[in-house]
Amino acid sequence: MSLFSRFEAFELDVLKEVGNIGAGNAATALSRLLDKPVDMAVPKVSLLPFEEVADRVGGSEQIVIAVFLRVEGEAPGNMFFIIEEQSARRLLRQLLSMQVEETDGYTDMELSALCEIGNILAGSYLSSLADFTQLPMAPSPPAIAVDMAGAVLSYGLMQYGEMGDSALLIETTFLEDCQSLEGHFFLIPDPESFEKIFKALGVVVE
Amino acid sequence: MIQQNLVKVGMADLNIATDGAVLKTTGLGSCVGLTLYDPIKKIAGMAHVMLPSSDIARETTFNFAKYADTAIPELLDRMIAAGAHVVRLKAKMAGGAQMFAMSGQTDSLRIGPRNVESCTAVLNRFKIPIVAQDTGGSFGRTIEFDSAKGMLAIRSVQFGTKEI
Repeated sequence: MSLFSRFEAFELDVLKEVGNIGAGNAATALSRLLDKPVDMAVPKVSLLPFEEVADRVGGSEQIVIAVFLRVEGEAPGNMFFIIEEQSARRLLRQLLSMQVEETDGYTDMELSALCEIGNILAGSYLSSLADFTQLPMAPSPPAIAVDMAGAVLSYGLMQYGEMGDSALLIETTFLEDCQSLEGHFFLIPDPESFEKIFKALGVVVE
Repeated sequence: MIQQNLVKVGMADLNIATDGAVLKTTGLGSCVGLTLYDPIKKIAGMAHVMLPSSDIARETTFNFAKYADTAIPELLDRMIAAGAHVVRLKAKMAGGAQMFAMSGQTDSLRIGPRNVESCTAVLNRFKIPIVAQDTGGSFGRTIEFDSAKGMLAIRSVQFGTKEI
């Protein structure tokens, strides 16, 4: 991980700003969808051991709804929109007036709706990021899974597997109405993408 | 359940257990949880394999436990050092799922099935029989291996717990 140990505080701040701009736009999109104010936490940029990534959303075995998109273009990477079950049901009720049962499992229609919400938010995250960096970036079609956090997130860490045992991720948390709805965004740029992002933003990497 | 001695195996990690201790690894997605067991000495080993082959490794500090082709020999060495016999070893494995159904699959996204294939090939090379496996699908698994009984318990969100 020599690539990342050299990251300076200044460079991490740049990545935080990347998260801020992307997630800020996504939060605006969510707020419009819900017609309610949505708060956003200050983005966190961290180099985390694989083991600890899932802890950020409640532990490896926590059941989450994860929408995954592969970022394609000049600075490829992986993106997750992760919400826990209660928030997912609330989203469905508020947004689509769906009669959501409190029982286990989701119908195809509910999953498809959640997937689309993830898609809209990730799309606004990425398009603002693409504008900001002037790098072409586009999301792949979204895929959704309802499963253990460890199992879904590890999927986005494979590109780091060949380089070391930790991954650099940009994380932003949304809150609506005092935590009754909580969502997480993870942008995990491929290791090679950092240099391109820095270069595009005029940050000189030796 | 009786409180047993639990040995946690992290991601890209491996460990062994004796004296009735239980090996556990959580949240297996496309990773493979591989266990080896010597039923006479009751020595168990578990590896949480993340990638199929070490050919692609570019890391500075090499982690043997991460790749199928290096984790299995390393686990074997540790188990033999603890008194296990290769000829008696039996393997079980779980995981290797494809968590997301993506359109336009590239090979790198087929990582789960490739992990399973690679583990199977390496076990064949050491002539270790795979006595049971629960691999593939599109769901995550948490596994526990009991070194006293030699049973592998697999828990998933959709299907609950089963033992193989």
